[in-house]
Amino acid sequence: MRVQLSVNGEKHEADVEPRLLLVHLLREDLRLTGTHIGCDTSHCGACTILMDGRPVKSCTVFAVQANGKQLMTVEGLEQDGKLHPLQASFMSEHGLQCGYCTPGMLMTGYAFLQKNPRPSEDEVRMAISGNLCRCTGYVNIVKAVQHAAATISQGGA
Amino acid sequence: MEPRTTFEVGGMGHSIKRKEDPRFIRGRGTYVDDVQLPGMLYLDIVRSPHAHAKIVKIDSTKALAVPGVLAVITGQDLAKYNLHWMPTLMSDTQMVLPVEKVMYQAQEVAAVLATSRYAAADGAAVVEVEYDPLPVVIDPHKALLPGAPVLRTDKKDKKDNHIWHWEWGDRAATDRAIAEADVTVKQDIYIPRIHVASIETCGCIAHFDKVMDKLTVWMTTQAPHAIRTVFALVAGHVGLAEHKIRIISPDIGGGFGGKVPVYPGYVIAVAASVLTGKPVKWIEDRMENLQADSFARDYHITAELAAKKDGTLTALRIKTLADHGYADAAANPSKFPAGLFHVCTGSYDLKAAHVEVDGVYTNKPPGGIAYRCSFRVTEAVHTIERMTDLMAHQLNMDPAAFRMKNFIKPEQFPYKSALGWEYDSGNYAGALQKAMDTIGYADLRREQVEKRKRGELMGIGISSFTEIVGAGPSKHFDILGLKMFDSCEMRIHPTGKAIARFGTKSQGQGHETTYAQILAEELGIPAKDIQVEEGDTDTAPYGLGTYASRSTPVAGAAAAMAARKIRDKARKIAAHLLEVAEDDLEWEPGKFSVKGAPGKSKTIQDIAFAAYTNHPPGMEAGLEAVSYYDPPNLTFPFGSYICVVDLDSGTGEVKVRRFVAIDDCGNIINPMIVQGQVHGGLTMGLAPALFEEISYDEHGNVQGGSFIDYLVPTAVETPKWETGHTITPSPHHPLGAKGVGESATVGAPAAIANAVVDALWHLGVRHIDIPITPAKVWKLLREHGVTG
Repeated sequence: MRVQLSVNGEKHEADVEPRLLLVHLLREDLRLTGTHIGCDTSHCGACTILMDGRPVKSCTVFAVQANGKQLMTVEGLEQDGKLHPLQASFMSEHGLQCGYCTPGMLMTGYAFLQKNPRPSEDEVRMAISGNLCRCTGYVNIVKAVQHAAATISQGGA
Repeated sequence: MEPRTTFEVGGMGHSIKRKEDPRFIRGRGTYVDDVQLPGMLYLDIVRSPHAHAKIVKIDSTKALAVPGVLAVITGQDLAKYNLHWMPTLMSDTQMVLPVEKVMYQAQEVAAVLATSRYAAADGAAVVEVEYDPLPVVIDPHKALLPGAPVLRTDKKDKKDNHIWHWEWGDRAATDRAIAEADVTVKQDIYIPRIHVASIETCGCIAHFDKVMDKLTVWMTTQAPHAIRTVFALVAGHVGLAEHKIRIISPDIGGGFGGKVPVYPGYVIAVAASVLTGKPVKWIEDRMENLQADSFARDYHITAELAAKKDGTLTALRIKTLADHGYADAAANPSKFPAGLFHVCTGSYDLKAAHVEVDGVYTNKPPGGIAYRCSFRVTEAVHTIERMTDLMAHQLNMDPAAFRMKNFIKPEQFPYKSALGWEYDSGNYAGALQKAMDTIGYADLRREQVEKRKRGELMGIGISSFTEIVGAGPSKHFDILGLKMFDSCEMRIHPTGKAIARFGTKSQGQGHETTYAQILAEELGIPAKDIQVEEGDTDTAPYGLGTYASRSTPVAGAAAAMAARKIRDKARKIAAHLLEVAEDDLEWEPGKFSVKGAPGKSKTIQDIAFAAYTNHPPGMEAGLEAVSYYDPPNLTFPFGSYICVVDLDSGTGEVKVRRFVAIDDCGNIINPMIVQGQVHGGLTMGLAPALFEEISYDEHGNVQGGSFIDYLVPTAVETPKWETGHTITPSPHHPLGAKGVGESATVGAPAAIANAVVDALWHLGVRHIDIPITPAKVWKLLREHGVTG
């Protein structure tokens, strides 16, 4: 089947099997390997991307379901050589270690801050509860999301 | 410790930002599955639905008819090359692919090679395997009963399921001390089977280049050099020589011990690539990862602790059944079948101890790896910390005061334990006191009394653990005969920038940053000017890899030693440049100055340039060194954790209200990274304490084989960790450092379990096995009439 979609502002077309998972289209056909795969049951969130602004787990979306959609992946966060405040905050607050869950965390965090620009700690914890991290114990991820929120509200984005 | 270098230089003690992060926050890391090679084939694996069954027939007809499927590989195919079995790290054997029978549910049965990931999966779905089920052995106690089905029928003369017996310590003295004790406590403790569940699963791309006769394997391994040697030893007879094998361990998405072993999938991929001459990718999915990769723990322990009436501990006796699944594929140093379990006297000055462990075969996956710990130290710490708490409660003494009374005192170090270890340094009372002050221990005890009057269930748990890491001294520590040294090779370029390569492999610990900081500390070259590389066996010096918190104690020490060799040569060059004797020079980080004439100096950068442009006559050019560091002893990090829990008497849910962790890992390289390691370690201690378990029903069906029911904690269940530290340097480590990656995973479960039992002690509850699920607590509450 033919699909047309936009990823990080770039248009792409591809012929895909109806069963092809979106995450495989992104990683293997479009070579956007920042989106990771950590499970097959939608639990880990390493594959989280934005589809028309909403976070989705791309291991549980068929490529054909993304036809005509605007997608955003971790590769789309940095604009004109400038890191998104979330990226900068994950680095400054030590919100990552092995880096495997990080792209999914960043995308979930990005969508969340659009809805809730000044979240409490508990709100951040609830928001990222669909993304598993095995390294950080979440403390610094929560700090990083709140730090990014503060940066954005001060006009840092 | 105040930093000796400026933040710009970024030596020890500075929280500089990680060099790894710029690529990871952009999604630009390179993990194994990110590597794509032209013409790459894909492997998928057919797995057994049975826990124990004869293979009657494997029919590949339908699979081979699937478009894109090229081959179905079975044990019979590998047997032609004698590759259907492989050795484990513990001198046992395990199957790559079975010929006669399967030994656990989810065992590899056949592999399908295809031109795409999807075709390989399609093929695997239609390989038809006929099984003849055999009796299943799940309970290790029953496995040892006379008449139990013998599992390892491949071993001639094997008449039972007993693998080995191991014991340590003075049995007679221990028995005598326990017989003479005023008070003893005895407890069965089960530490369940769990899985590291790194968010990246395991996988590889094997590429055998038929023209160059060279095998390159990108793989998720924590120990690339050892893997290369293992491949050469196992497959030497089919022509794979060690200089023609290159293992590349790229970015690793978490290891925690699960990426130490060689799994059958790797070997099949290598075999498939050697046969086809094409790159072959194998990436396991999450269910394969949880159901078939090496497990951790699974120790059935019976412990007895003895004390005098006044609360002085005297002796410890432990008997354990170690359930190894169908093969002993533990990742332990060769001489230690039960790892370092005999550090089980912990932080206490016990005069006698004896420990026995028996390894047992069952119909479960093989393993026995250390889930973020140093070779069974978690099992040891959980046992002694539970038993200590039990004894304190039994004697009606406060568990903190009881520990204070029995701790090894600072002046007793170096301390020889009853089981023969020489603890390097410690101040256990200092760490516990700091934890008590931080959390407000006395107030919490008062609050608990008040709450108990109102029928509310609140508990306070302590764990004052001692770890044993940094394996290890070559006298006792080897894996397959390879001594457990580690290495650093450093080259300084003419402009004063440098590259340093190591035999270890980071999986998130931040080696690129911390190793650069060690070198910056020793040489004064800014950390940002030092490129750190690991994980490529064609370029890095040989080392045993990263696990058991050995990177800082061993490879970190190698970095310091290599830098000091470089400094020795730099001194000679500086003397030449300044036209003074070497003895007339003094070093401060970054430069040599003439004593008494501080203006007369040469920076390390000046010296590096001279090493290539103006080196002294008779001296070799260049400025580089390599060190293979053989540690004189292990290091013994420690800490005290205090946990406060509130129990919901209606649901049995355990809520961790506060958790204070005071760690002592000796001198600290990067405080930010150390704190991050503790945060992560604590969460991997919380996980088995409350949530994670892989169990089996009587038919050998795995429970907890996916993220649906293997409960990795999310941000919601994870408390906001409160951390702090004391600093007691290791006297034998060149930097005074000890290692920290695993302390918290080792120490945390006992603090949580002790807190829950503390909340329920007045009801008569004496012990709860982890994971302490709401169902277990609710059942106890019902039994004790608390809830209806």
